[in-house]
Amino acid sequence: MFLIDCPYCGEREQSEFKAGGEAHIVRPKQPTELSDDEWAEYLFMRKNIKGIQFERWIHIHGCRKWFNVARDTSNDVIKVVYKMGEKPPTI
Amino acid sequence: MNIYKVIIQNSMKKKYSIFSLIKNAFSYHENWEKAWKDPEPKKEYDAVIVGGGGHGLATAYYLAKKHNMKNIAVVEKGWIGGGNTGRNTTIIRSNYLWDASAGLYDHALKIWEGLSQELNYNVMFSQRGVMNLAHNLQDVRDLKRRTHANRLNGIDAIYLNTEEVKKFCPIINTSPNIRYPVLGGTLQKRAGTARHDAVAWGYARGADEMGVDIIQNCEVKGIKRNGDSVAGIETTKGFIKTKKVGVVAAGHSSVIANMAGLRLPLESKPLQALVSEPVKPIIDTVVMSNAVHAYVSQSDKGELVIGAGTDDYVSYSQKGSHDIVEGTLNAILELYPIFSRMRMLRQWGGIVDICPDASPIISKTTISGLYFNCGWGTGGFKATPGSGDLFAHTIANDEPHKINAAFNLNRFVSGELVDEHGAAAVAH
Amino acid sequence: MTNNLRVKSSKFIDETYKISFKFNGTTYYGYKGDTLASALLASGIHLVGRSFKYHRPRGIMTAGSEEPNAIVQLHINTSRTEPNVRATEIEIYEGLEASSQNCWPSVNFDIGGINNFLSPILPAGFYYKTFMWPASFWEKYEYFIRKSAGLGRSPIEPDPDIYEHRYIHCDVLVIGAGISGIIAAKTAAKNGFKTLLIDEKSYLGGSTIYQNSEHFKINNQISSSWLEKEINEIKKIKNLEIKTRTSVAAFHGYNFLLARENLTDHLPLNQRNNKIRQRLLKIRSKKVINATGSLERPLIFDNNDRPGILLSSAIDKYSNFYGVACGEKNVLFTNNDSAYETAINLNQKGIKVEAVIDNREEVDSKLIKEVENNNIRVYKGYTVVNTSGYKRIKKVSIMKLSLDGQKIIGSKIYINCDCLGISGGWTPAVHLFTQSGGKLKFREEDQVFIPNKSFSDQISIGSCNGDFTLDEILSSVPKILKEFLNIKKSDFENLEVHSSFNKSKRNIWLLPSDKVIGKTKPFVDYQNDATAKDIKLALREGFRSIEHVKRYTTTGMGTDQGKLGNMHALGIISETAGSKMGELGTTTFRPPYTPLTFGTIVGRNVGKYFDIFRKTPIHDWHVENNAEFENVGQWKRAWYYPKNQENMHDAVQRESKAARDGAGILDASTLGKIDIQGTDASEFLNRVYTNAWSKLAIGKCRYGLMLNEDGMVYDDGVTTRLDENHYIMTTTTGGAATVLGKLEDYLQTEWPELDVYLTSVTDHYATISVCGPDSKKIISKVIPDLDLSNKSFPHMSFKNSKIDKIKCRVMRISFTGEHSYEINIQANYGKSVWQRCMEMGKEFNITPYGTETMHLLRAEKGFIIVGQDTDATMTPIDLQMDWIVSKKKYDFIGKRSLYRSDTIKENRKQLIGLLTENPDEVLEEGAQIVADINKSPVEMLGHVTSSYYSPNLKKSIALGVVRGGKSMIGQKLIIPMENKQINVTVADPVFLDKENKRLNA
Repeated sequence: MFLIDCPYCGEREQSEFKAGGEAHIVRPKQPTELSDDEWAEYLFMRKNIKGIQFERWIHIHGCRKWFNVARDTSNDVIKVVYKMGEKPPTI
Repeated sequence: MNIYKVIIQNSMKKKYSIFSLIKNAFSYHENWEKAWKDPEPKKEYDAVIVGGGGHGLATAYYLAKKHNMKNIAVVEKGWIGGGNTGRNTTIIRSNYLWDASAGLYDHALKIWEGLSQELNYNVMFSQRGVMNLAHNLQDVRDLKRRTHANRLNGIDAIYLNTEEVKKFCPIINTSPNIRYPVLGGTLQKRAGTARHDAVAWGYARGADEMGVDIIQNCEVKGIKRNGDSVAGIETTKGFIKTKKVGVVAAGHSSVIANMAGLRLPLESKPLQALVSEPVKPIIDTVVMSNAVHAYVSQSDKGELVIGAGTDDYVSYSQKGSHDIVEGTLNAILELYPIFSRMRMLRQWGGIVDICPDASPIISKTTISGLYFNCGWGTGGFKATPGSGDLFAHTIANDEPHKINAAFNLNRFVSGELVDEHGAAAVAH
Repeated sequence: MTNNLRVKSSKFIDETYKISFKFNGTTYYGYKGDTLASALLASGIHLVGRSFKYHRPRGIMTAGSEEPNAIVQLHINTSRTEPNVRATEIEIYEGLEASSQNCWPSVNFDIGGINNFLSPILPAGFYYKTFMWPASFWEKYEYFIRKSAGLGRSPIEPDPDIYEHRYIHCDVLVIGAGISGIIAAKTAAKNGFKTLLIDEKSYLGGSTIYQNSEHFKINNQISSSWLEKEINEIKKIKNLEIKTRTSVAAFHGYNFLLARENLTDHLPLNQRNNKIRQRLLKIRSKKVINATGSLERPLIFDNNDRPGILLSSAIDKYSNFYGVACGEKNVLFTNNDSAYETAINLNQKGIKVEAVIDNREEVDSKLIKEVENNNIRVYKGYTVVNTSGYKRIKKVSIMKLSLDGQKIIGSKIYINCDCLGISGGWTPAVHLFTQSGGKLKFREEDQVFIPNKSFSDQISIGSCNGDFTLDEILSSVPKILKEFLNIKKSDFENLEVHSSFNKSKRNIWLLPSDKVIGKTKPFVDYQNDATAKDIKLALREGFRSIEHVKRYTTTGMGTDQGKLGNMHALGIISETAGSKMGELGTTTFRPPYTPLTFGTIVGRNVGKYFDIFRKTPIHDWHVENNAEFENVGQWKRAWYYPKNQENMHDAVQRESKAARDGAGILDASTLGKIDIQGTDASEFLNRVYTNAWSKLAIGKCRYGLMLNEDGMVYDDGVTTRLDENHYIMTTTTGGAATVLGKLEDYLQTEWPELDVYLTSVTDHYATISVCGPDSKKIISKVIPDLDLSNKSFPHMSFKNSKIDKIKCRVMRISFTGEHSYEINIQANYGKSVWQRCMEMGKEFNITPYGTETMHLLRAEKGFIIVGQDTDATMTPIDLQMDWIVSKKKYDFIGKRSLYRSDTIKENRKQLIGLLTENPDEVLEEGAQIVADINKSPVEMLGHVTSSYYSPNLKKSIALGVVRGGKSMIGQKLIIPMENKQINVTVADPVFLDKENKRLNA
């Protein structure tokens, strides 16, 4: 089980958090103008990266804030944690 | 006539039987031949299957057997059967809700029923029945709905009340006073378990016999395209030219897809399982409970085989979090308090590729000659023979069989999902 | 054989404290401090069990948790029974009853022993090659296979013991309290680290603590004396916590470890009640020091499994620690100096050592010289080729090894013995290190895997790091610790160490035999009966990966998880296949290190603590009034209130009729309630619901439908505008938490610009719904000040009010189609307001109703229940709720998905009503619906989602979903049941009061 460094509360057990999947998939501003293909791309298609993945987590049993994590999915090592709205760091 | 006999002898592997065991005992088992060879890759194949798990090996087997494609290879980055094939809890059933799923899984179940004989390899398919338990009124509705659908689809599922559940599996705690009382359940008697490793080995032996090259320790590094068509694969053992690539890489499907510039609707998550120390027979069937998330059976060796749930994050580490294991055992002791003093012997994790609708993809792609068989999530083992058969058909004919037509990639665009999560919708 | 092999008193055994116990029904005695194994050995008992496959007699082989053979069932036929307990681990206590496993009728005469004679046709993987004919017979074969497999027996009664969890956060965790661990713990603690020291044994000091040899000295003291002083010192250190009888089970990432602390297993049964049996320690340590030691390797030769064959180190421990002689005529067989330590110790205690057989040729070793000086014959360059004695070893035969070690030469020599100690050198216990993700490297010179690279803040020291001798340990450990703990000096530098141990070793994985290998039984995995020839067979058949060989031969898959034999399996594979050990890798060591009780993992989360029940503030009233309950999510909800032995049907009919004829009252407190505030609250609702919210007047309520982004109905409920920027949203009971989570997700991640704040207030309010034609009269009595006129308080509106001095919110909303009111009041007043409603409603026959009646009443009106009438594949259009989907709104969650090629199809499954031909016939919920029963395959058009007998309509009604159902009103369909077909007609889903007259009645 990981330790996750919540940007608002500090380091806590993974069991206090919940994962929310790949980060930086922005909800289209004008969904109705997308083709079915484009909408499916947003809705379902994922990079599912083996390696450094930027992903969303929520401190569900804590401050209930969403934030971003860069984690190596091949060994679960968390590289960096950053707030919602911030740009993904280069790793 | 004689020539025919010679050819048969040369091409056929020696048959396994009690007689061959006795015969070989006299030579101290020194003369058994290899179950499969370990060849170096040829420069070119008619088709290459990426992934030497049960599904991949079965695909190769049926390509050779039913579609006469014998100049083919299976490339496996580790050892065959080393992924989810050798890590799952071996449950086989076909009592699915939707027509498309029922068709798919029952197609597989029918092959399972004759598989040991077909392969001349005992995969120990044992139809000890699978029970699914209901713990609240909506579970009851959902299970009844599924049972009715199964019956009309020709699948042998029946609904059991609490007493009948208890009768079929006496060690379940059916007291009405527990936290999640058992309100009923379904039983599919044709369902059961099989020996997971044997499935991979049996298919490998069968495929090898027909001339399929099974190449282990050979990792795919790239997919070479010629415009919109596949031209071959780059591997750690060099470039292999081929016009057809069938990817059956389970948790690593997205990794291969990314090499071809495709994205799939998949997330790869940790799934854990565990076994207890072996004991004398105590549970003679498979019992699954979705509401409290516990499923258990007993292997022929005597170990309780217990499946846990998935973690909620993407991971390729083959490790999950302890909370999941703890939660599963909490549920096991809720339903089987007698197991409290049993001991966990071994615990492990696999990587499962999960589709948004919990149904697989057996499909062509936008790249000609590139096919994917993935998204089996937590339940792919049961489909192994059917999946191989249908994927072989799809690759050989460049179009799906009618049984797997619904499991295409386009369903994520059209919205025509095969939503097996459906029955688990929110409660009122 | 004498009955007492207790040879010399030991300070670890309390000879004044005699304990009686039973083994296979016979009473024996031992002393406090004994394990079951040592006490049995003291009574001359070696034969303890039978092996898994061939049912060969097996004895005690080790003195620790790596024991593969001596596993027993404790207290059979009682609630405290436990299978597969290692005799070497269980400390004896008064009343202990143990029995042999996997044998019938007894361990001495076991019918299963016939398998040993059948063994020529039972090689590795034989079951894959047979039992296939006739095809239908597999399950009959399997019945017998299953019966003969398994070891002990599962308990069949609930566990009387209790377990618990404890979380420990520390700076340094030291695993293993041998000499390295003691040094590490002291060093860490003295330097201010909050330290935890754990050992699986009941005592500290590992194997050094019972070494009384002049050959091993520290600062001129015998090593055990030196260590004892250190142990006494560390016990006084305040920031050092010491846990014995505690086994680290798993080492996960981020230095998260699980350990099992044994608290009562060594106590007599009558002292265990109400005590915690085992505790699962969940340890998060900043730094971890592995001092897990090493395990002695056996040697692999023909018939190396007989009772009386033990590891040399085990014989050493039984004599030194327990004061027990394992045999009266001992032979030792070794490839290194370790066995000579044993020989010297035995000799000192007057236990006869007949000979030492050493693989090695001449070695310059002080230990060997001393053994020879004591007139013990040493056979140099010899190997054991066979043993004899069925239930106890009687004889070994030895032959000279060729120079390359691959063959034997010369003639056979026989040596009589009753005990054979074997020593194949040492294997570092790297299990936990690799569990944590650590990578190993192979050290060629002594053929061991040692830790190389780790991914968390940890270090391995002592023999688990490949430093086996006292001088190596004491020179390396202080240095490693200084660097790891980042400290300047160590108390343990510059110790004067004397060790006579010569490190030379002649490693031969499979010793040669005078027979062809096919005729031999050199066991690699004792418990599972996997032999070297099984491994060779697997390789011959093309199984090349170590994992394949393991799975094909079952090597390393017993309850000991291959602690003894895995290295030999690797070695034999490497030799046979011509591959390098380092490149072959190891199999994965999986948690737990030693088997872990389910009860311990679960801790207190059993019975009612398995999951919480949520109860409404009015719950007690429901209980007092005889309610039956339904579990919904985590909630207990009143299901119906049977009166005078009514069955459920009768109760529900009565409740349903009363609600429409007079008044009914429902506890709706479980519905989710989310308080929404902020200047963008209306805009937020516009985005999350399918309908429009901006124009909802303050004080008005509106029903809303929420979709998933894939367009499917997700939740529903009524939301009320309390103020310009203040709403209260209700959700379904089961959906409350996920809806809040979803809303927060969008708010924080997609629309952070919106000024909106969400608060869950579900538990803050009790919600009481009073409905029926008399509801207005009742509410006017409960809240006399409230103007209930339709004009002032119309349907779908809300009022702030007071009951006495207590503020409450009253909504005029209805889920039954009746005129009804919903009172929301601070939770702790819920029950009294409910009681007041009951009192005021008495004259109107106010009738409490539960969820079943609620479901019936809403079905009469064709109102859906999300999760029952929908299943995550239904769009609002499918539900015939087009009216709630705003065409004007630019966007809302799920909107785009409603216009995909599949979701716009006309013939999707759509919600409809169903009426049965026979009005008394009630359909089964979940039943499938077809048009043509003769079609093959049968085409299922949909299914029945809700079904009831309506006492108000005096007929059966049902809701269902049917493909293209919208345009099938009036059409006849069939419900095919198992034994009959039921004819139904498709109807409008609104069965009662389509004009909504009752709302204002």
